[in-house]
This record gives sequence, structure tokens and C-alpha cells, in this order.
Amino acid sequence: MKLRLILMICLISFSLSAQDKNKNETILVEANCQMCQKRIEKAAIKVKGVKYASWDIPSNQLTLIYNENKTNLKDIQSAIAEVGHDTKEYIAEEASYQNLPPCCLYRDPTTKEMDHH
Amino acid sequence: MKTVLFFILFSIVGLLHGHAQIQIQGTLKAYNHGQKLFPLSGAKVSWLNNKDSVLTDIEGKFKILTSPSSNRLVVHYSNFRNDTLLVNRPNLGLLILKPEIELQEVVISKDNSSVQRSLFDVQNVVTVDSREMLKAACCNLSESFETNPAVDVNIADAITGTKQIQMLGLNSPYLLITQDNIPSTRGASSAHGLSFIPGNWIESIQITKGMGSVVNGYESISGQINTTLRQPLTDQQFFLNLYGNNFARFELNSRWNTFLTNKLSTGIFFHANTRMARVDDNNDGFLDTPLSEQINLMNRWQYGDPNSGWISFLNWQYLRDHKQTGEMHFDKNSDKLSTEHWGSEHDSDRFDISSKVGYVFADLPYQSIGLQMAYTYHKQDAYYGLRTYDIQQSSFYGNLIFSSIIGSTMHKYKTGINYMADNYKERLNSSPLDRRENSMGAFFEYTYSDLDKFSMVAGIRFDIHNHLDGFFSPRLHLRYAIWDKGALRASIGRGKRSAKILAENQKLFNSSREILIENSNASAYGLQPEIAWNYGLSFTQKLYLNKRLMVLSADFYRTQFENQVVVDWETPTEISFYNLEGKSYSNSFQIDLSYELIQNLQLRATYKRYQVKTDYKAAKLDKPLQPKHRFFSNLSYQTVRSPIGKQWRFDTTIHWQGEQRIPRSNLDLFTNSFGTYSPSYVLLNAQITRVLSNTFELYIGGENITNYAQKEPIIASNNPFGPNFDASMNYAPVLSGVYYIGFRYKLN
Repeated sequence: MKLRLILMICLISFSLSAQDKNKNETILVEANCQMCQKRIEKAAIKVKGVKYASWDIPSNQLTLIYNENKTNLKDIQSAIAEVGHDTKEYIAEEASYQNLPPCCLYRDPTTKEMDHH
Repeated sequence: MKTVLFFILFSIVGLLHGHAQIQIQGTLKAYNHGQKLFPLSGAKVSWLNNKDSVLTDIEGKFKILTSPSSNRLVVHYSNFRNDTLLVNRPNLGLLILKPEIELQEVVISKDNSSVQRSLFDVQNVVTVDSREMLKAACCNLSESFETNPAVDVNIADAITGTKQIQMLGLNSPYLLITQDNIPSTRGASSAHGLSFIPGNWIESIQITKGMGSVVNGYESISGQINTTLRQPLTDQQFFLNLYGNNFARFELNSRWNTFLTNKLSTGIFFHANTRMARVDDNNDGFLDTPLSEQINLMNRWQYGDPNSGWISFLNWQYLRDHKQTGEMHFDKNSDKLSTEHWGSEHDSDRFDISSKVGYVFADLPYQSIGLQMAYTYHKQDAYYGLRTYDIQQSSFYGNLIFSSIIGSTMHKYKTGINYMADNYKERLNSSPLDRRENSMGAFFEYTYSDLDKFSMVAGIRFDIHNHLDGFFSPRLHLRYAIWDKGALRASIGRGKRSAKILAENQKLFNSSREILIENSNASAYGLQPEIAWNYGLSFTQKLYLNKRLMVLSADFYRTQFENQVVVDWETPTEISFYNLEGKSYSNSFQIDLSYELIQNLQLRATYKRYQVKTDYKAAKLDKPLQPKHRFFSNLSYQTVRSPIGKQWRFDTTIHWQGEQRIPRSNLDLFTNSFGTYSPSYVLLNAQITRVLSNTFELYIGGENITNYAQKEPIIASNNPFGPNFDASMNYAPVLSGVYYIGFRYKLN
């Protein structure tokens, strides 16, 4: 019984991490604050195949881990642009950019100093 | 001669104003922070309206030819104010530049409240940080909850003064108490274990109401209390605290931490306390508070290497605690176990060693594996009047946890196996009650978050236990953000445990009650395992009223026992333990408010309503000594810290305890055969702290300053060897007016 349990757990863990082809990538995403961070990470993680997304405020770097068989950097960047944030390859459309809260309007350098909630 | 002089003067003026160029020189300097002059080398010097410039040399000296277009020199050096000088002589001498006036960065900061209730946690967790520990100055873990409404603190009996904690109307054995997430206070130490963790060692406490996580085991029923101890990597280098109160209790706390390499650090934590005075303010012939000594030593090792992903902890602790209680004139050398005087001694020795090793996979920050291992040896030798009770427990705990994701970090899981073994040697009046318990289990816990409104933790574990057989423990927690800053939570789960009836109810020994254990055919003391379902709902709303944060929350929990070991105090000369026949439940409702009234004046208020009922042999009754209503309020104010750290802090706490049912005693003249109700009462604590600098602070305070004490806390104290003697019916403090003073010194 005990042995079967251990085996079961091992099997679960291995089957979950077996066939994936992981790629680690770091890209620059233009943004300001914690609110932006939540928005960017959420947009990235919701792309099918993205496993991990973490955006760093001071460096504006987004660390990504994704399954290369399921998605690519372009799709992820386009998803981020859709919520209003510029990356190297995709510039967000004006409409989605203007949808951002005032403190997140990163294209205006003065917003960095604003009160971020 | 005159002509020569005139000529020279003329030529100088002519040179300065005319076409011929002469060299102008000077030295450029500035004051440094020490108000000393230093040369400015590399400064630009040029004529006004002329781009050509020269640079000052290493001594700050410059030479520049006169210019036809201007007689004004401009001196430029970054971070200094530009200066423009009228040149009216060839050697300008010493020139001093003034720095640009630059305001230092202004930091505007606001401390979080010392009690935090998260909107995002799936479980109903209240996090209490170390600042809260300071409010109860003489404090170990059990006392630290006195300034905090999440957990109730009761005094167990009138003789030892042991503080017992409760949550959701259930005593501490129904809680899972962990230290750095490793089960700690259980079994033999369940009655006194919380007083073995000094408040000064604690970094934070996480109080989870309702079913906890499956990761730490199956035993939790009403909640989980996890204490995170100070970590050598982040703790102060040195800390010293001395405390003394008017009942001659003295405490010493010290921590010392050091880095051995930049990855390895170690800390030595030390605590000692003693109470030497024989106090009998209520003149019942019994000590109001025990004579005691404790020595408590811990050594922690912490290793962390962020590059390789390995982290590890090693911890060992040794504790020795001695208490003497009973009659004022009891002499332990001559009166021990005699009927001369009633007395009691309590010796505890404890050794703990625990370790944690964790590895975060390289390139997979969401995947980790961890191993926790702990060994505990706990030995308690005690006698109470003519009764002796000794218990030894050696325990091993091992837990292997693997955590990772399914698809993305929106779906996380933890899985693993654990093993637990307890070896008990228990003697009641020399008759052995030895037993061995061991269990092996596996768990899987899945966490989902939509990163916005909804999150969920669903866990299940299966354990095989040598007395409890094989069983599943399912647990589910849900969180939903119904609107902005408002979170609704729900939880349900099942817990199972074997009751260590004697160790958990040690206060019964402070009475002449006869111990009756009704045997069925199950193994632990002949009693069935306890099984309960706990479910609850909670709602938290944060809002800004007048631009200050207000937190409102309300929760309701119900614990329903399928089986319980009923502790029956209803017959005055007996205490009996038997399996539940009928129903036993506890309903708990709590409403909290926290608000910053004016800047730095923080109010917290809580009202609690309990309904704890059990079908006893005699009747369905309220749990004895359980207030149905409780009210708590804490008001704290602190002045703004001065640049060198000076500050005043004021803190006051009011507890109002509603009436409690006291089971009938033989001396009662009451008509109600199920006892009587205690009066309701109010306790008031207050404290003032003066922070003199970033390293030193003084505090003074009082507990129970309105002097409410139970009038006759011991029934039949004049005849302690008679059948009616009972010190276990304690509903209020025995000590009143405890005043203390102390200081804290810390070095960062």
C-alpha cells in the first residue's frame, strides 16, 4: 500500500513534467508599476503554453518560461500588446494604451513619478 | 619714480582692457562634508559668451588668457553652482565654489498594521508580526495572543496559572501548532508547550481559522497556528531584553546572529526566566502563581544559495523548566507526596532537532522539492498532592514535499509523503499507559488562481495509522473577490486524531477528582479516535474612510464531531472520559473592525459569539468555562519616529468576557443541578514604550490593572486532601495588578 502510494506520486510528478520542451526567455516590456506588473503577468500566463511569467519593476524585464511546441515569443508579445504594453516587436495600439489607468501610461515619462496603487 | 609707477599702473589697466593678452590665474576649491577645503580639479573655466575653456589642474589651479570680449569668468563644475566672477586682477587667488543645494531624498513611509488580514489568501489567515509580540511584554507564545482577538487565552487552573488557548471554541489540542511549518506542540507538551516559545524569538505568527492545509498532517480540526522564528540571515546581530515584574518574575532574552560566509549564518537564542516570590494575595493558603525557573536555548543554522537554488535550515533546542506550586508552606524536601501540605512539582526537559532542506530547480522557479525532518524528546515528571504523573514522548517527523505546476503557474500543486512516529511512556500513579503510534501518509494539494477574482485550494491526504487505521482527509478552501477590496472565503474539511486525554487535560490533576476512563475496545486509552468536520464562511472588506484604511471582517465556523472523547466534569468528585454518544458541536461567530482613527492611532475591536454544546451523559450542556460572548478592543498610538529613532508607543487592551458555565460542585448550594454561571468581567492591560534610539528602548506596563481576580479560585482550599478539593474551575485570573518594566537593546 505504502509503496503503491509513493509510486503513484512519482508517476504523477514525472508525467506532468515529462514531454514538455521548456524555453527560458527574458524580454523588455514597457511599463511602470505594480498594477502594470499584474496586468503583464496575467496577459502572458494566459497564453497557452506559457508556464511562468514574472515582470520586474526596476528593470522592466519579463522572465518567461514557455513550451516551445505550444507557443512562441511573438504570440506572447502580441498578447502583452493587446493589454496595452509595448515590447520590442509589438507596439500596443493607441486604443488599448489609452485604456490603461493614468498612472500606467508609461509612454509619458512623468507618470513614473505618479502615485501608483 | 612717479612716472614709472604711473606707467606700470597704466600698462596693467591697459593690458586688462586693451588688446594685449595677459594670463589670469586662480585656484578653485570647495568645502567637503567635514568642512575642509579641497581642490576642484577638472572644473571648466571660460569667459562669458565664449566657448573656449580651460580645465583646472589637480590642485584646482587654472590659467587663462584674457579675452577681448569679456571681463567676466564663468566657473563650471558639476554638482556645484556656476559662478561668474568679475576679473579685475591677474591673480584671482582662492575661489570657493558652493555646492548645488540639493534636498536629500524624502522618504514617506507608512508602517503596515502589525496584524494583517489578506484579501488574496485563499485561507482565512491572520498574520501577526513581531511588533505585536512587544505589546505583551512578558511573553511567550501563549501569552502573546492576549493582545490579539483571533485566538482566545484562558487560564487553565488556579494552581499552575497555565494559559490555555482556544480557537473556534475548541481547546488547543484541536489546533495544529507548528514551528516553521513543522508540528511542534503536541502530545506530551500540549498543555505547556506554548509557554516554551519565547515571544522575542518569534518573527511572525500565521493563524489560520478553520481547516488548515493537508501538507502538514491530518490532526488539525479547528485551525492552525504557525510561528516563524527569527532567521539568522535577516535577524538583528544582537538583541538583549530584560524584564521584571512586581511578583518577582524576571526574564532574560537574548539573540545573537552571525554570518559565517555570505551563504551560511547561525544564531544562538537564549531565554531564562524565574519567579521567586511566594505570592498569596487572596489568602487561601495557596500560591497564586508558581515558583518557576526555565532555561531555553536554541541554535539555528541557515544556508541559502540563490544561484544554486539550495536552501537549508538546521535547528536544535534544549529546554528545562521547573515549577513548584501548591500551599504556601509546602516544602518540597519534607512534604513531597505527604499529607502535611498539598504541593506540586513539575519538571520538563525537552530536546528538539529539526532540519529542512529545499531545492528550487534551476531554470524552473516554480518547481521545488523539500524535506523536513524533526526529532523531539520530551520528558515531564510531576506530582500533584499524592498523585504522580510522568510522561515521556519521543517523536520523529519526516515530510517530503514536491511542488510544481500543471501547465502554468495558475495551476500549482504540492504532493508528497510524510511519516510520523510517537513513542509514549506514560505513568499515572505508577501504572503504565505506554503506547506507540505511527502513521504514514501521502497528500496532494492543488491550487488554482485565475489571477483575479477566484482562487481555490483543494487537498486530499490518505494516512495509515496503527490505531486510527487508513483514512482520507479531504480539505477545500475557496476565495472569491465579490467586488473591489472585498473577499469572500469558504472552507470545509475533515480532521482525525487520537486524544492524549491526560496530557491534554493536565489541569484535572489539580483536584481530588477521580479519573474514570470508560473503555470500549479501541486502542488509545480504550477510546475511539476523534473525528470532526469543520466548515465556515468568512468575509473581509477593506475600505478607505477619510483616506485611512478600515478593515471589516466577519466569519462563521462550525465544527461538528462525528466522534469525540468527551471530557465530563459534571460529577463534582469525578472526571470521566468517554466516547461521544449523541451530538457535539461548536459554532463560532466573530466580527472584527480595524481602523486608523487619526494618524498613528489604531483601533481594533472584535466581538465573538460561541455556542459549544455536547451531549454529556447527564444532559446536553454548554462546554464548561467557555464564555458565550467575548469582546476585545485594542487601541494603540505611536508618535512619529524622529531621525535618530526616538518614539513613544502607547498600547491598551480591554477584554470583556461574558458569563461562563461552572459545573456543579459539592459545596454548591445552587438549585440548578448543572452548576452556575460566573459573572462577566473586564480585564485591562496597558503599556508605554519609550524608544530612545534605534538601538535602545524602555517599556513599562500593567496587566489586569483594574484588579479583577476570581475570589475563591480553589474550591475547598482548606482541605486539599479531601474529596471536594478542586482548583480546575478557573474562569478569571488569580493574579491582579501585575506591573512590569523592561528594556530592549538591539544592534543591527
